[in-house]
Amino acid sequence: MSISSHLLSLIVFVPVAGALLLAAVPRGRSFFIRRFSLTVSLIVLALSVFMVVKFNPHSAGMQFREFAEWIRFAGGDEQHKRLVFSVDYNIGVDGLSVFLIALTAFLFPISMLASWKSIRDHEKAFYICTLLLEGAIMGVFVSLDTVLFYIFWDAVLVPMYLIIGVWGYEKRVYASVKFFIYTLVGSLFMLAGIVYLGLEAKGGWTSNLLELMNSPLCRAAQIWLFLGFGIAFAIKVPMFPFHTWLPDAHTEAPTAGSVILAGVLLKMGLYGFLRVCLPLFPDAAVLFAPYIAALAVVGIIYGALAAYAQSDAKRLVAYSSISHMGFALLGIFSLSAQGIQGALLVMVAHGLSTGALFLIVGMLYERRHSRMLSDYGGAWKMMPAMGGFFMVAALASLGLPGLANFPGELLSLIGAYRAFGWPFVIPAAFGVVLAAIYVLNLYAGLMHGQIEHEEVKNMPDICFREAMILAPVTLLIVLIGVFPLWILSRTAAYAENSARAIGSSIYLEQQSPVTDMQKKGLR
Amino acid sequence: MKNDLIIILPMILPTLAGMAIIILGVFGGRRLAPWTALASVGGSAVSMFFVWRDYQYPFGSLLWTGPLAMQAGFAVTAAAAAAILMSVDYVRREKLPESEYYALMLLSMVGMLLLLTAMPNLLMLFLSVEMASLPLYVMAGMARRRTKSLEAAMKFFLLGSFASAILLYGAALVYGGSGSLNYAGIQAQTETMPSLSVVIGVGFIAVGLLFKVSLVPFQMWTPDVYEGAPSPVSAFMSVGTKIAAFFALMWLLAGWFWVPVVWSLSALTMVVGNIAAVAQKNIKRMLAYSSIAHAGYISVTIASFRSEMSMRAMVFYFIAYAFSNLGAWAVVAAVAKEGEKGTEISDYAGLFKTNPFLAAAMGLFMFSLAGIPPTAGFTAKLMVFFAALDAQMLSLAIIVVITTIISAYYYLRVTAEMFMVRTDEPNEVKVSLPTAAAIALCAAAVAVLFLIPGWATIWVR
Repeated sequence: MSISSHLLSLIVFVPVAGALLLAAVPRGRSFFIRRFSLTVSLIVLALSVFMVVKFNPHSAGMQFREFAEWIRFAGGDEQHKRLVFSVDYNIGVDGLSVFLIALTAFLFPISMLASWKSIRDHEKAFYICTLLLEGAIMGVFVSLDTVLFYIFWDAVLVPMYLIIGVWGYEKRVYASVKFFIYTLVGSLFMLAGIVYLGLEAKGGWTSNLLELMNSPLCRAAQIWLFLGFGIAFAIKVPMFPFHTWLPDAHTEAPTAGSVILAGVLLKMGLYGFLRVCLPLFPDAAVLFAPYIAALAVVGIIYGALAAYAQSDAKRLVAYSSISHMGFALLGIFSLSAQGIQGALLVMVAHGLSTGALFLIVGMLYERRHSRMLSDYGGAWKMMPAMGGFFMVAALASLGLPGLANFPGELLSLIGAYRAFGWPFVIPAAFGVVLAAIYVLNLYAGLMHGQIEHEEVKNMPDICFREAMILAPVTLLIVLIGVFPLWILSRTAAYAENSARAIGSSIYLEQQSPVTDMQKKGLR
Repeated sequence: MKNDLIIILPMILPTLAGMAIIILGVFGGRRLAPWTALASVGGSAVSMFFVWRDYQYPFGSLLWTGPLAMQAGFAVTAAAAAAILMSVDYVRREKLPESEYYALMLLSMVGMLLLLTAMPNLLMLFLSVEMASLPLYVMAGMARRRTKSLEAAMKFFLLGSFASAILLYGAALVYGGSGSLNYAGIQAQTETMPSLSVVIGVGFIAVGLLFKVSLVPFQMWTPDVYEGAPSPVSAFMSVGTKIAAFFALMWLLAGWFWVPVVWSLSALTMVVGNIAAVAQKNIKRMLAYSSIAHAGYISVTIASFRSEMSMRAMVFYFIAYAFSNLGAWAVVAAVAKEGEKGTEISDYAGLFKTNPFLAAAMGLFMFSLAGIPPTAGFTAKLMVFFAALDAQMLSLAIIVVITTIISAYYYLRVTAEMFMVRTDEPNEVKVSLPTAAAIALCAAAVAVLFLIPGWATIWVR
């Protein structure tokens, strides 16, 4: 039994085991509690790095597969026993999930370090929740069984709900309950969809995603199921107009919660579209693609305009997420290899750049106890090092070439152009211009100008711990911006394969009225 | 005859123990009462395991035992055991008559076990319903210094006897129509051509039982009784009575003829129970409405009897609901102060600060009742979904989805009070060892049944 044969299980369950061990530690020993949880998350990071290194970039299939029977209910009479209902522990990674796992593993130690000083109440419970959250998120990204996927998907909710609600700001209870119920609305429809999907499969019930891919559904069933799953994913992304939970949750969450929410949780929705909706309901995906792409473009513009209108720095960053997620969504529903690869790159880049912005806003809040842009101004003079890191994150967020977000957004736009032509790309590209406006508004409001408030003068520059938080994030932002091919080469096999799979299902349907725009995307 | 007596050993043991407890009480052995009761409940479960494994029809088909009854019987004994554990401290705090309390609880449990096995004969059915209910009427009013408790007992008794009368009337009608009190005889008659009086009779019997499981529109008494009765009694009622009565209902109503009726009852119950629960400020009333809502979910499995999973789904739902609900009531019993003060939801503010483990356990039970993984409550909901969709009851599945979303709101409110609301005067709670044991066992069961759901339905075939 080598590590690599159970690598994914370790990645999922090491944090869970860490959380359970932590529960046995007496309260108040914060020195030990912090270091212990940081160590656990660093172990997971090491395992994930090992996984990325071992990952075979040329294979479009699942790697590091693990399989075990879990729930089995047999039926029929004594002679003819057959499986009525089953759920399996079935996990694996491919080009889609490999970097999302790596991103998750990277952001958790960062956000733990960011909570080092700011989390005072119930410190032990906070780290237990964080570790459980990490395990659950990892579970979402590795599950190849629909029920298992759902279990992890909903299990993410509970610790996140507590993190927002217990350690958040003033309106935290409202924000956390809204977050929970909103997500639950979507996910319960998904659960009904999962059961229905499994019952519709050829040869009786199955919850195995890979088997489900081989049992095509009729168009009507695809459309209903796409809607059932799609609502869960669209709320999570969040796609306009299902975004209203996001600004509250992001703003009221503690820094670590915001980083995880923006960095990883939003990607669960995009991941769901790619993992479930595209391969399982290709006809429905083709049918809905232009509408979802249109909503994505609306989201890009709306998010950017709303971000510009904010006076609360954290809320501004939250709205910018809606805009960025629009690019990823646009890329995915261009249904082309470029678009999907672009979306994958945007997911990773957004996790880093927006994560960095939330971290910086959190650090400023710890110093000044305000999130209002008008309470700052001229902070660069007092904190030049912070200003430097902030500059990189801000420029990445507005899509400057050479930094992480640019290649992904460009690829998404190229994919969208090939699929939908100018009408979608021009407004989307205009979103990049708007991004420049709101990001510079944020940066200038906090960092530039004259010092008008006495409190700003007393703000110390970042300490060693904070540098250790920001430096790796900034480094990765630059590296991905300069060498995007390192990621793209590992996701290429997956993206081409999945685009081709959808393409082939459209070619089978040549008779049906496929719109001109969709045909363009398949050339 | 001797063999028949062995088969009903699971009922004989607690009956004898109940009598012994009363006699012991006279001679000053009150302190031993809960432990005697607990031992007899354990003995009942163990003997069930040995004597109910095969299908048997003791006393000339008056009763019916088998693995399925055993599985449900385990759930009932578990409910009694948990209720006894959480009563130990509660009964002393509220100064209830100790030996009578435990003796009545045992007798009620015997009634429930009889109800599980009474299906073949309508008279047995009536007798066991009465046997299960009469002790509960008394127990609901045992805290006689509280007017709410008296009110609960009165309401429960009047409406309960009314329902029993309807049940008896139904049995008479069925007898008149089919010439048989025996299930097999009635079935033989109804399969050819059911006479009107048999259909009405079965409907009346069902009404009597629906009252016990509190499906809408027969739920009116539930919130008042659960609120007024001592918390451990409410816990026991909300689980034991429900399981036993649903078990009998399942045989009556699992048929094509009744599908529209069960469909409307369960849809109505889910909607009314959940919406009413949202408005509650008292946690006992909230749990009462939540138990109504769960009765609605359970009856979904009766409506979808065509699915091979319906029986499993029902039994699993019983058991998952039993542990989640018993655990929640145990926390309620622990948090309440003398005279049942501290049962408002707002009294739970800051519980996480003073009693983190108690709050965490309550959170687990709330999430389980709401059907959020990783808890047994989730698996139960999943199986209900499966049964409903497998039987092509899409409409019921959609109602389950919508009402579950509503239910999340009121369960979350309890967790929000416990974990998130900051208060200057948190409610300091001392949990006695037996209550803590009940809570811990329920929490462990909720977690284990999620990981290994097969254990809850081993004997369901």
